[in-house]
Amino acid sequence: MAMHLKAPRPKSMNRFNRWDTPWFNPLLISGSAIILVIFGMGILGQYLWDTDLAYTGSAPLNLPPYGFEGLRGKEGLIEHPLGTENSGRDMLALMLVGAPNTLLIGVIAASIGMGVGIFLGFSSGYLGGKLDDIIRLLADVTITIPALMILVVINALLREIDIMTMALLIALFIWPSPTRLIRSQVLSMRESGYIKMAQLSGASHWSIMFKEMLPNLIPYLFGSFIAGTTGAILAAVGLETLGLGPQRVPTLGGTIYDAINSAALLRNMWWWWLMPTVLLALMFISLLLINLGLDQVSNPKLRKSSQ
Amino acid sequence: MSASRTSKIPKAYITRRIVVFFLTIWLAASIIWVVPRLTPDDPVASMVGQMMETSAYVDGADEIIEGWRARFGLDKPLYEQYFRYLWNCLTLDFGYSYSAFPAQVSDMIAYKLPWTLGLLMLSLVISFVLGNFLGALMIWSQTPALLRLLIPFGMIFTSVPTILAGLFLLYIFAFLLRWFPLRGIYDQDLTMGLNWDFIVSVIHHGTLPALSIILVSFGAWALGMRGMMITVQGEDYTLLGKAKGLRPLYLLYRYMIRNAILPQITAFAFQVGTLLSGQILVEIVFGYQGMGMLIYEAILSRDYALLQGASYIIILMTALSVLIVDLAYPFIDPRIRLAKEG
Repeated sequence: MAMHLKAPRPKSMNRFNRWDTPWFNPLLISGSAIILVIFGMGILGQYLWDTDLAYTGSAPLNLPPYGFEGLRGKEGLIEHPLGTENSGRDMLALMLVGAPNTLLIGVIAASIGMGVGIFLGFSSGYLGGKLDDIIRLLADVTITIPALMILVVINALLREIDIMTMALLIALFIWPSPTRLIRSQVLSMRESGYIKMAQLSGASHWSIMFKEMLPNLIPYLFGSFIAGTTGAILAAVGLETLGLGPQRVPTLGGTIYDAINSAALLRNMWWWWLMPTVLLALMFISLLLINLGLDQVSNPKLRKSSQ
Repeated sequence: MSASRTSKIPKAYITRRIVVFFLTIWLAASIIWVVPRLTPDDPVASMVGQMMETSAYVDGADEIIEGWRARFGLDKPLYEQYFRYLWNCLTLDFGYSYSAFPAQVSDMIAYKLPWTLGLLMLSLVISFVLGNFLGALMIWSQTPALLRLLIPFGMIFTSVPTILAGLFLLYIFAFLLRWFPLRGIYDQDLTMGLNWDFIVSVIHHGTLPALSIILVSFGAWALGMRGMMITVQGEDYTLLGKAKGLRPLYLLYRYMIRNAILPQITAFAFQVGTLLSGQILVEIVFGYQGMGMLIYEAILSRDYALLQGASYIIILMTALSVLIVDLAYPFIDPRIRLAKEG
């Protein structure tokens, strides 16, 4: 509906201020920056720190972060600035490897979910008919099922699970929201003048869907992608904290699971559970910021009211 | 718009909701059934083998294998196994637990379920009321400026998973300040019953888990309410109310909130599923002996029958709550009876 309000910007306007675009949004930029830093950690981390320490417990056990006093007066060592956990794995290395891994599961799952959602949403909204009925019903049914409960049962059976399998499984439950969103947008667009025009001039279904309609949907797609990523990470963290995440590679949720299982809280090993918790919270908050920013991009009404 | 207020709910609407409900249950149950069969190894043998490994001796191992073979009728053709399984799902019969052998899975669930449901209902209602109230205040013109600044700040919690909020609250209020107990649903030296001590103990133990759910979920209500209030604010009847010189509080309650809150009720049902998943994890953090702990223990002891039963029950409850709200909604909001199903 908001699409009608968004008149094409006259070319001459751009001369006044080329930076005056809704995409330069403080919320959007700060959120994206944090996410990029976390991904950057995964790429650069291995050059700056010995990330093998996340896999092998070679350090002294239960060390507090440097400068703090831990169990029985044990003092932190500079070799392990964020301390170690109870099997001697270095916390800094765990975080450097775990945070991008958790984020990666979310992004892969959301990408697959979005791909399926775009395909089904367009088929449903544009082609309509029986296909539309089936897709709508399937989306309604899938959205009702609590994903975590199915995934728990599946993951408990799969002895070994890697990041890709996990992302694929989560993607099974991500597609309904983008499908619904795109369908409703396509339905309202289908009746608009420029689509009718394209149809009359003999454009193919394919070119109408992807050349005429898709570009208009970009802000919505971004928003839906971020929402999907949030949901996917939520599911991933849930599985990981139940001990059902990838076993071979460290993840943030997996670290929390280990911490809960070894009563880190009662032993006052706060660094063990607090760090993954804070990192995860940061991740979710920055995703929220991106989403709020995108809302302002796609909805000019919000933009005005916030300034 | 010729239909009167007393017009009946469209039959197609009811039919569709019921079809969606049964399809949901059927699809979920089928996924749980099919996936184990896609794994190459015999699930029963590998499960029992694993238990032998971990505990050296499994109480009633033969009965378990027998029971499972009989339950799934593993020698019978696949389609017969499948229909037998679906029947078991309908009658809520999940057989014996592995880890607590003579116990029936359905009995174990029946014992834990009330705790989870109680906690869920309490926190859901509190966060619904609180969230909608704050959401309305975000738009209301008479809201104090300080509150207006504080509410969006509280929204930050919304984006954080329940389990993280739980860990923070547990550390601060139970471990550092010792205001609340660290684990459990009530003091173990009290007997269950309707006496004062017991009720106080239950509330004492339930406060932090409930608080972590409320903290995380109220923001979603507030945001939804805010959106609805923006729409209602622009309606002619609100303008008329203002022009009539109604008191702002009366206008807020009778003209704005009452109209804005109705669509929020639909979201209520969908929240049940999300919240249940979150609550499962919160229960583990707080050692709260409900469905979450049951699932956690089932995973730890590789009690697949228990895990399957508990998950199925939660899926069933979610689907049921969606169905109930969908069916009740036309009675609550007359507008839906007039609108075409779409």
